[in-house]
Amino acid sequence: LVLISILGLHCEYFTRTHVNYEIKGDVAVIRMNDPSVNTLSVQMQREMTEVMDEVWGNSAVQSVVLISSKPGSFIAGADLNMIQACTTAEEVTLLSQEGQKMFEKIEKSPKPIVAAINGSCLGGGFEFAIACQYRIATKSKKTVLGCPEVMLGLLPGAGGTQRLPKMLGLPSAFDVVLTGRSIRPDKAKKMGLVHQLVDTLGPGLKSPEERTIEYLEEVAVEAARGLAKKQIPLTKEKGLMQKIQDYVMSYPFVRQQIYNTVQKKVMKQTKGLYPAPLKIIECVKAGLEQGPTAGYLAESQNFGKLAMTPESKALIGLYHGQVTCKKNRFGTPEKEVKALAVLGAGLMGAGIAQVSVDKGIHTILKDTTLEGLSRGEQQVYKGLNDKTKKKSITTFERDSFLSNLTGQLDYNGFNKADMVIEAVFEDLSIKHKVLKEVEAVIPPHCIFATNTSALPIKDIAAVSKRPEKVIGMHYFSPVDKMQLLEIITTDKTSKDTTASAVAVGLKQGKVIIVVGDGPGFYTTRCLAPMLAEAVRVLQEGVDPKKLDSLTTGFGFPVGAATLADEVGIDVAAHVAEDLGKAFGSRFGGGNIEFLKSMVDKGFKGRKSGKGCYIYQPGLKRRDVNTEALEILESYKLTPNAAISSDSDIQYRLVSRFVNEAVLCLQEGILANPVEGDIGAVFGLGFPPCLGGPFRFVDSFGADKLVEKMRKFEEVFGNQFTPCQLLLDHAKDPSKKFHK
Amino acid sequence: MSLSLIRTVLLTAFSFCSAARSLSTSVHLQAQGNVSGVMLTCEKWKMPIPFSQYNSKSKKTLAKPGVKNIVLVDGVRTPFLQSGTTYADLMPHDLARAALQGLLNRTGLPKDAVDYIVYGTVIQEVKTSNVAREAALGAGFSDKTPAHTVTMACISSNQAMTTAVGLIAAGQCDAVVAGGVEFMSDVPIRHSRKMRKTMLSLNKAKTLGARLSLLGSIRLAHLSPELPAVAEFSTAETMGHSADRLAAAFGVSRLEQDEFALRSHTLAKKAQDGGMLSDVISFKVPGRDIVSKDNGIRPATMEQLAKLKPAFIKPHGTVTAANSSFLTDGASAVLIMSEEKALAMGYKPKAYLRDFVYVSQDPKDQLLLGPTYATPKVLEKSGLTLNDIDVFEFHEAFAGQIMANLKAMESDWFAQTYMGRKTKVGAPPMEKFNTWGGSLSLGHPFAATGCRLVTTVAHRLQKEGGQYGLVAACAAGGQGHAMVIEAYPQ
Repeated sequence: LVLISILGLHCEYFTRTHVNYEIKGDVAVIRMNDPSVNTLSVQMQREMTEVMDEVWGNSAVQSVVLISSKPGSFIAGADLNMIQACTTAEEVTLLSQEGQKMFEKIEKSPKPIVAAINGSCLGGGFEFAIACQYRIATKSKKTVLGCPEVMLGLLPGAGGTQRLPKMLGLPSAFDVVLTGRSIRPDKAKKMGLVHQLVDTLGPGLKSPEERTIEYLEEVAVEAARGLAKKQIPLTKEKGLMQKIQDYVMSYPFVRQQIYNTVQKKVMKQTKGLYPAPLKIIECVKAGLEQGPTAGYLAESQNFGKLAMTPESKALIGLYHGQVTCKKNRFGTPEKEVKALAVLGAGLMGAGIAQVSVDKGIHTILKDTTLEGLSRGEQQVYKGLNDKTKKKSITTFERDSFLSNLTGQLDYNGFNKADMVIEAVFEDLSIKHKVLKEVEAVIPPHCIFATNTSALPIKDIAAVSKRPEKVIGMHYFSPVDKMQLLEIITTDKTSKDTTASAVAVGLKQGKVIIVVGDGPGFYTTRCLAPMLAEAVRVLQEGVDPKKLDSLTTGFGFPVGAATLADEVGIDVAAHVAEDLGKAFGSRFGGGNIEFLKSMVDKGFKGRKSGKGCYIYQPGLKRRDVNTEALEILESYKLTPNAAISSDSDIQYRLVSRFVNEAVLCLQEGILANPVEGDIGAVFGLGFPPCLGGPFRFVDSFGADKLVEKMRKFEEVFGNQFTPCQLLLDHAKDPSKKFHK
Repeated sequence: MSLSLIRTVLLTAFSFCSAARSLSTSVHLQAQGNVSGVMLTCEKWKMPIPFSQYNSKSKKTLAKPGVKNIVLVDGVRTPFLQSGTTYADLMPHDLARAALQGLLNRTGLPKDAVDYIVYGTVIQEVKTSNVAREAALGAGFSDKTPAHTVTMACISSNQAMTTAVGLIAAGQCDAVVAGGVEFMSDVPIRHSRKMRKTMLSLNKAKTLGARLSLLGSIRLAHLSPELPAVAEFSTAETMGHSADRLAAAFGVSRLEQDEFALRSHTLAKKAQDGGMLSDVISFKVPGRDIVSKDNGIRPATMEQLAKLKPAFIKPHGTVTAANSSFLTDGASAVLIMSEEKALAMGYKPKAYLRDFVYVSQDPKDQLLLGPTYATPKVLEKSGLTLNDIDVFEFHEAFAGQIMANLKAMESDWFAQTYMGRKTKVGAPPMEKFNTWGGSLSLGHPFAATGCRLVTTVAHRLQKEGGQYGLVAACAAGGQGHAMVIEAYPQ
C-alpha cells in the first residue's frame, strides 16, 4: 500500500507545478512552489485542493505541514491579476467565496495542519495561515505577517475579517486589519498569531537559506506529530487580561462602543475618501453580531464591491507603479558606487548620508563649518539611534553603520569617490563654485550629482568639464522618511551616469522617477502652480485652517498651508520667483510679494517657528499665526463668488497641479504617466485614493476637468488654460493614460 | 522592582549549572579499555588504534634554525568546581594565588627567577582589575616581577601563554608564568546606569538641598540591577542560543550531543579515577576542607540525559544543561621558559610550544567555529597534516559546538564556501580526541581552560608516547585559537 501511494505521488508530482507533497511517516508535508512567486492563483488553489483531498483521504496521514519551498516567501498574497481580470463585483465575490470555502475546510480539518512560515505571509497567504490549526514562523527579517489589503482599497476576503476578531479580540483585530501593517515574527508570537518561533540558521553543511527552511520543516513536522498525538494542546489557557477582555466584550453595548470609536477614528483619518476601512468594520460587525453566515456573506460581497471602486483601482495602480519604479530601467552601471561624498551637512545632506551609510556605502559628509558638520553628524546619529529605540536595528548595527561615515571640512579622500552629491545652498553661483572645486579633486569616473529642487541641471552643468557625468538627484525632506527620489538628466548626461544614479537611489531604498531637465523638473513644477493658487486663496480671505481642511478633504495627506510651512516660505518664494520668470504669467496667482513679506518678518515656516502657523516645541496644537493674517490683510483680494465655493477652491488647486503634470508628459519631461503618478503621490502627497494626476484624469474624465478649468479660465486667464494633451483626452474619451 | 525578579533573572542566567547538578550521580561506566596503554577503545568509537606512529611524521621536529625553542616546564590547576560550591566565599585572586603557589611548589621554582607574569580573566572583579598583579603579590612572588592581565574570552589563558612565548621569543624574558582564573560564584552586579549617574552626582552635590533633590530623583525602576550577561555584546545573543543554532545548522541531533556529553563525562571519570589528571593540585580553602578533585564530572545514563528540557531554544532546541559546559570556578598556571634557561636551571621540560594562530569570524552565525578555522591554519603553518597529530585537545563549550566543528572540518563544501580552501582539513579521529574528558565534564572556568588544554596535551603526549599535539578552542566574539605542541624528547 505504501509503495502504491509513493508511486502515485510520483505520478502526481509531474503533473503538478505549484504544489507537491511528501509523506514523512504519519505527516504529510505539503510544499508550495509557484514557478514565480507563491500567490493564491487559480492554479495554486486547484492543486492545493487536489493535494488536500488526497491527504485527507490517506489514512496513513495523521497531520499536515504546509510550507513554502521559496526562501523569501510563504504566500505573498492573492493573485492581484486574478482580481483585476474580473469585470463585475459578482465575479470577485465568487472568487472570495471560493477562498472562504477552501479555508473553511482547512479550519475544520480533522487532521491538524501546521503552517510553517518563512518569508512574507501576507493577504490571502496570511488568511490561509490563520485558518490552519497551528503556526510556526521563522525569525527571519523577511518573515512578516499581515493583511495589507486595506492599502489596496480591498479587505481580507477569505475569512480574515471573521477569524481575526475571534483570534485576537476586537481591538487588536481592528488594528491589524485596518492598518494593514506588517507584523514581525516576535510581535506575532506575543499577539498569539503564531504559536512557535524558529531561529534562522547560519552557515552549515548547506546554504543558510536552504537549511533554515529544512530546519523549519523538521520543527514543524515534530509539532504536527505532537498535535496529532494531542501532546501539544490546540487551545492555550487564556490569561487573566484576556479573560477580562472577553468578559467585557460579551456585552453588545461595549462592542457597539468599539465599532463607533473605530468608525469615528477611520472617518477622521480618511475623511471618508477610502471605502475599504468602513466596509471592513461592517464585515467584522456582521460576523460578530449576526453570526458567521452573515459575516462571511458580507465579507465576500463587500470584497466584490470594493474591487470595483476607483479607489481600489487607484491604489493597486500605485502598487504596480511603485514596483516599476523600484527597478533600474537603465541597466547595470559599469561601476558600482562604493564611496560616496556628500557636500553640505544640512538637513538634506545629512539625510542623504544617513540613508547611504546604513546601506553599507562609505560616505564622506563635508561641510564648510565645524558647527554645520557637527549638526549634520548629530542628525545622522539621531536618525539611526531612533531606529535602535524602535528596535528595528541593534546598537551594534548603528555603530557599524556610523563607521561608514566620515565627517570633514576638506576635500580629503574625494580622489577615491565614485559619486559626489552636493546639497549646498540653492544658489547657482555657489553651485558653480562647488562644482569647479569638486571636479578639481575627483577621479575621472566620478559622478557629480546635484541635489536641487528647482535650478535647471544644464545651468549647473554649464561650468562642468565633463557634463556627461553631471546629473540631478532631487531628494525630498526628510530624506530618511520620504520614499521618492526624482532623478534629472540633461541631454548631455550619459546613460551610464543615469544608471549609476538610479542604482544608488535604489540602494538607498528610494522609489525613483527619472525626468527630463527644465525649470522645476516635474515635481516642483507641479507643486508651484498649486501653491500659487493656495496663496491666492489665502489672499481671498480663506483662513489657513480652512485651506488645510479643503486640501486634506480632497485627499492630500498634508494641507496646502501646512505644506508651505513644511517646505519653507522662503523656499516657496524663491521657487515661485524662479519658475515665474521661466514660465511667465501661467505660474501667477497669489502675490509673491506676500511670501516675501512673510520671509522679511522671519516667518519662514516650521523651521523658524512661525509661518502660516505658530510652532512651539513640545506642543502638538498649532495656532494660526495672527501676524501672518495681518500681512495678508494688506494683500487682500476680493473673491469671485462664482468660483469660490469649497468645491471650486479644491478644483482650482488640483486642476492647476494636474494640468501642469499632463503638460510635463506632453513636453517629454516625464517619460510615462506611471512615473508621473508615482512622483506626485510619493513626493508631493497627491491623494493616493486618486492614484496620481494621470489616473485622476482617467477616472474623473478629462472632459469634465477641462470644463471646470474653462470656467476658472474665464476669471483668471491662462493659469487655467488646459494643455493640448489634456484637450486631446477630453475630445476622445477612449484615450486613457492608463490602460 | 522586587527581589523575586532578581532571583528569576539570576536563575535563568545560571540555569544550566543548576540543572546539571540535578542530574543523578549514579555512575554507569561504559567506557572500556586502557587509556594509558597502547590500545584504546571507546563506547561509541570501538576502534583499536596503535599509537606508535613515530616514524611516519611529515616532519621529524618543528624546531626551526634561528628560532628559540620555547618549552612548557610544567602546568598546574586548582580543582575545577561548579560555581557556588566550595569556592563560593573566595575572590578571584585567591584562586589565582592557589594556582601560582601550586606551580611554585610543583616546580620548586625560586620566586625571583620569574621575569614576568601574564594572567587571563574574563569576568573582571572590579577591585582586582589587574588580577595578575594582586595574585602574584599574594602568592609571594617578588614585588619586582611585573604582571599584567589579558582578556580574550574563553581563550584568555591561551593569550596569556602566547604572550609569554612572544616575550621569550623576542629575547625580553627567559622565564614567564602564564595562567588564567575565572570565578563565577561571585560576579559584579551593577546598579543601573541611571542609579550610577545619580550616585556619582551625589558625590559632587555640595548643599543638602542639592543632595536631597538628587535622592528625590531616584525612581523604583532605577534600583533594578544590571547583570553581566553571557551574551555577545554585538548580537545580544546568549552563547547557548548560538550553540543551539549552530548545532541545527550542521544538523547535529540531540542524541549525538547527549552521546558526546556522556563520552566526555565517562572519559573524565576514568581519567580522574586512573590518576591521569596530575595537573590538579590540592587546595586548602580557608574555612573549608582541602579540595583536590574536580566536582563536575558525573556520568549519567542516556535516558537521564534525554529527559532534560532544552535550556535555550524552547521547545524544540537541542542544547540542554547536560550537554553544555557548566559555570565553573578555577585557576590554572604554567611555567614557560626558553629551552636553554630551563635546562640551565636543571628542569626536564614537558613539551615544546610551537606554532599558534588566532582566527576570528562572524560573531553571530559562526560564533563557535573557531577550531574549524584555526586547525587547518596552524597545521599549514607547521607543515603538518592532521595525520601527524597524536593528541587532540579541543575546548568543549557545548557538545553541539564540538559536533558542529567536527562536521564542518569534515565538509569540503564548508571549506570551499566559507574558508576559501580547496578541500576539507578533516575531522580528528575520536580515539585521539579529548580522551581525558573535556570542558563539558571537567568544567570550564573561562580564562583557566587554555592552560588546562596545553598541560593536558603535554601529559597525554608523555603518557601515550606521541610526538605532536594540537589544542584548539573557540571564544566569544567569534574568535578562535589553535596551537601545535611537540613532546619533549623523553
